[in-house]
Formats: sequence, structure tokens, C-alpha cells
Amino acid sequence: MVSVKPTLTGEIDANPSQGKTSVLKALRNNKVAYASFWFLVLIHVAVFLGPVVWTVNPEELQAAGSLAGWSFQHPFGTDDLSRDVFARMLHGGRVTLIVGLVAMLFSLLIGTVVGACAGFFGKVVESILMRITEAMMAIPTFFFILVALTVLGTSPTMVIVVIALAGWMEIARVVYGETLKWKEYEFVEAANASGATPFRILTKYIIPQIVPSIIVAGTLTIAAAILTESAISYLGLGIQAPTATWGNMLQNSQQYIWTAPVLGILPGVAITIVVLAYNFLGDGLRDALDPKFVKK
Amino acid sequence: MLRFLVNRLGQSIILLLIVTIITFFLINLAPGGPSSTMRMDATAEERQAMVENLGLDQPVLVRYVDWITNAVQGDLGVSFNTSEPVTQRILERLPYTIELTVFTIIISVLLGIFLGVLSAIKRGKAQDHVINFFSVIGLSVPAFWLGLMLILLFSINLGWLPSSGVGSRGGEFSLWGYVSHLILPVLILTTTVLPNIVRFTRSSMLEVISQNYIRTARAKGAKESIVLYVHALRNALIPIITIIGMLIPRLLSGAVITEAIFGWTGIGTLIIEAARGRDYPLVMGVTVVITVVVVVCNLLVDILYSRVDPRVKNV
Repeated sequence: MVSVKPTLTGEIDANPSQGKTSVLKALRNNKVAYASFWFLVLIHVAVFLGPVVWTVNPEELQAAGSLAGWSFQHPFGTDDLSRDVFARMLHGGRVTLIVGLVAMLFSLLIGTVVGACAGFFGKVVESILMRITEAMMAIPTFFFILVALTVLGTSPTMVIVVIALAGWMEIARVVYGETLKWKEYEFVEAANASGATPFRILTKYIIPQIVPSIIVAGTLTIAAAILTESAISYLGLGIQAPTATWGNMLQNSQQYIWTAPVLGILPGVAITIVVLAYNFLGDGLRDALDPKFVKK
Repeated sequence: MLRFLVNRLGQSIILLLIVTIITFFLINLAPGGPSSTMRMDATAEERQAMVENLGLDQPVLVRYVDWITNAVQGDLGVSFNTSEPVTQRILERLPYTIELTVFTIIISVLLGIFLGVLSAIKRGKAQDHVINFFSVIGLSVPAFWLGLMLILLFSINLGWLPSSGVGSRGGEFSLWGYVSHLILPVLILTTTVLPNIVRFTRSSMLEVISQNYIRTARAKGAKESIVLYVHALRNALIPIITIIGMLIPRLLSGAVITEAIFGWTGIGTLIIEAARGRDYPLVMGVTVVITVVVVVCNLLVDILYSRVDPRVKNV
């Protein structure tokens, strides 16, 4: 943000190809995004290394009985099936975050390929790919997620694939727009004239320019993927028990909302702050990476 | 204008065909498809009867053509689990969802435009930051969890509002009974679309404000309030029509969750029942009806857009 200075005409005087260091520096100026970044690092460390320290088995029944309050043995108490809630939060978080991350990577792959091909090749390829993208955006994807999971089953792999298939369109549009812009530049023309294959031009010259936008879109896609996972788990069509995810921990909590509200509050708070942090980070990165958005 | 309409209509029909083909083949070709979901205790004759009844002995392409021919005439087949016509079951439930979404659209559009304009005018000030902050929170909270928390607060702790149901319908009408059942579901559904409308209005308004004719208006000495509300807002509103069209799929997806939390007997709970009960004709029917609703809404938005902004007509 700091490297961008509005001039008298209202135009933005910024170098479009900022280096990595200035991105981190710019992000540091956005306190909320910067804090979100470190918070996410912390959460990932906690969720991935936590189970090494806190060795209670999340699927094992505890002697404390069901719906026990907090104690030193069980800092967050136990759930309706007398399992340790703290251990389930750690393991569940691991599953939820991995689902979000891997689904995002899949979406990114599909979106980048579709967007880049449509933008670069134009003509028929463009019409077909972008019409499909628009069609996918125009339908309520959540219905399709439900249908697909009903038919294809609810294994973690299927959940990831289905979430990814429902979430690549925004990325495709971003990459498409950027590809259209970058393919007009002289260095791409030069590469073309020197006989580089389309594959080489895309991967060596165009996509590297789009990486910042892809990072932003990817960050926001993780947030959306985590929300989708939790919603389908709540409906009982996501990853199944006994494997814990933050989403399916909420599934039964509605029944116990009288007796043990903490069962419903904890996973929800965890999902909300992680998604919030990803959204803040995504917004912050967008401001830091794209001078266009600073103008608005 | 006519060419524009025909073009749009053609695109809509193609979209509908693609959606039905994908759904139909997904359902029928998957290993867990209809033929494998008959009751375990069914006798060989029952099985045979069902296979013939559903035409499962036909190739999938033939079945699709049959299905689409009937669907065009309003016959979406018969539900596996209740043996009622799918069309009838959907028509029973659809009004509830329409009710929920229409209230939500009205509230979120009015509130969203108000907050978005406020945020743009007070850009960089406290109001802008507060609105922005809550927009991001609204985008990040899982709707169903927020619903649970509101039930915990308003239904369980305070006892002000009912936690589920659609109120007494058909019985004696009471305004409070009707409104009280709507408050929480509409509130939850509003949070799923309001942040997008606020953010979009804000950026649309900021873009218009930076244009030359606004500078001209200011330069000729027009009052700031007139510049903002008369000159700027009118043009800023045009792109907002599009975002409302784009939000309709999101709204309907949100309705599934909202209806599930509050036991609202609309089309959202119907598809969950259908999915859990593996009631394929019903799943297929709901998907198609929802897509038709979305396509029709998008068509209306496009027409409205071309009326408001004459530049679009020739596209």
C-alpha cells in the first residue's frame, strides 16, 4: 500500500510488477491482514503439532463420561459420546484445514487451466470454456454438491473433489481476464515470434505474471471451501463420524444446545475466526498486490 | 431489443439442457445409482416391476430423452419414497422458499444499498471501517452456526422467538405468529447476501463519484447531498442490478442451510430429504426447478438491465 502514491490526476503511480519483498512489506502495513497471517500460521502449527503434544485419542471414549464439564484431563470437557473435545478440536481442525487447502489447490488448478486456455487461445476454446464457467456460476452449486455427494459417497477424497469442482469459477474468471491483458505485451509477442510453443508461453511468460492474482483468489477460495465443508457436514452429507471435522462436530450439537452449549460454540468459533483470517488476508493481499484496488 | 431477447433466451435454454444432462447422467451412471437403491427385502417381482416402471432396463440416453420429454410437459416423474408426483411435491414446497427469499431480497437490497452508499460517502472514516469489518465477518460466519447461536439466544435464553417451523398455516392467522417465525430465518439468509451487496454498492458508488460529470456537478455549485443522491446514486445503482442477479444462486444455496436449521418446509429441506432418502426423481426434479427459477431470474435481470442502461441493448 505504501508503495502506491496517487498523483495529481488521480492516476496510480505504481510498478505493476512489484517484487515479493515489497508484497510482504505492503502487507505489513495492513495491520489486520498481517495479524491474520500470523494467526493462521499459529493455528496451523497448533492443529498439526498439537496432537503430538496432546496425545488423547479423539475417537476414544473417556472415563469422565458424556458431556462432562472442563477439567485438567479434558480442558474443553467431553462430548455426547464421552470423547475428549479438545483432542477432537485439534484433529478435526487438521481435517478441516486440509480439506480447505487441498480443495483450493484443485480449484486453482482447474481455474487456472480453464482461464489461461480461454484467454490465450480465444475463439472457439474461449467461447466453450467461458460459457461453461458462466453456466456454473449461474446455478446454485450447493444443490449440486448435495446431489453429487449423495450419489458418489462421502469419503474425504470425494468431499474435496466435489468442493473443488464447485469452486473454481471465480479463479477461472480472474485468470482469464489477466491472460487477456498479458498476452498483448511485447515480451509475449517476442516469445511467440521466436517460436515458443503455446504451453511454454503460458507457463513461462504469462502465468508467472498472474501469480499474485492467483494467490489472492486462492486465499479467498480456502475460506469459501472451509465454509462449504462445514455446511455439508452440518447437513450430515460431509465427512462421516468417527473422523472429526469442525463441521461434523456441529452436526449433533443442535440437540445438546440446552445441556452443553460449548459443544456448539467451540467448533463454530474456530471455523469463523479461521475463515475470517483467510478473508482478511485475501483482502489485504489484494490491496497489497493490485494497485487497481487501492484506487477504489 | 428483440434480437437481444432471443439471444438470451437461447442461452438460457442451452444452460438448462446442460444442467439436466449433467445431473441426469451423474445420477444414473454413478455406481450408487437408482438401480442399486431399491429396498433389500424387495422380491424379484417387485424389483422387476420397479425396473420396468422406471424404465431402468432402457439405455440411459433413452431414459434421458423420455425424462426431458415429460419434464417439458410439467411431469417430473414419481417420487421413489412417497409415490407422489414430483411436480406436486415441489409445488407444495416452493411457495415457502419464495416467501423466505423475497423477504430476504427486499431487506438486503434496501439495507445493502443504504450501508454501501454510507460506506462510500464516509470513505476512510469510522463508519466505513465499521461497515467493512462487519461485512467481512458476515462473509466468514457459517450461516448455520450463526443460526444455532441465535436460537440459543432468542429462543432458549430469552424465549422471544420460536426456534423452528413456519407458524400455523391454514389455521387462525396471527400476525405475530407469522412474523415471529420469519424473523430468524430471514435474518440468517440476509447475512449470506448482505455483505456482497454492501461491498459492491460501495465500489460502484466510489467509481461513479470519481467521474468527470460529478466534478462538473460540484463545480457548478450543486449541493453535496444533491450531487451524491441525485447525480451519483442513480448511475451507481445500475451495476447493482447485476449483482442482485448474480446473488440469486447464492441465496438459494443459503436457503438450503437456513431451512435446515429452522425446519422451514421449503424446497431446501425437500432436497435434503430427497438426498438423504436417495429419492432420485425428486433430487432431479428439485435441481431442475431451482435451475429454471435461477435462469428466469437472470433473464429478468438482463431485461431490466437493458431497459435501465441503453448501452447494453446491442450487446
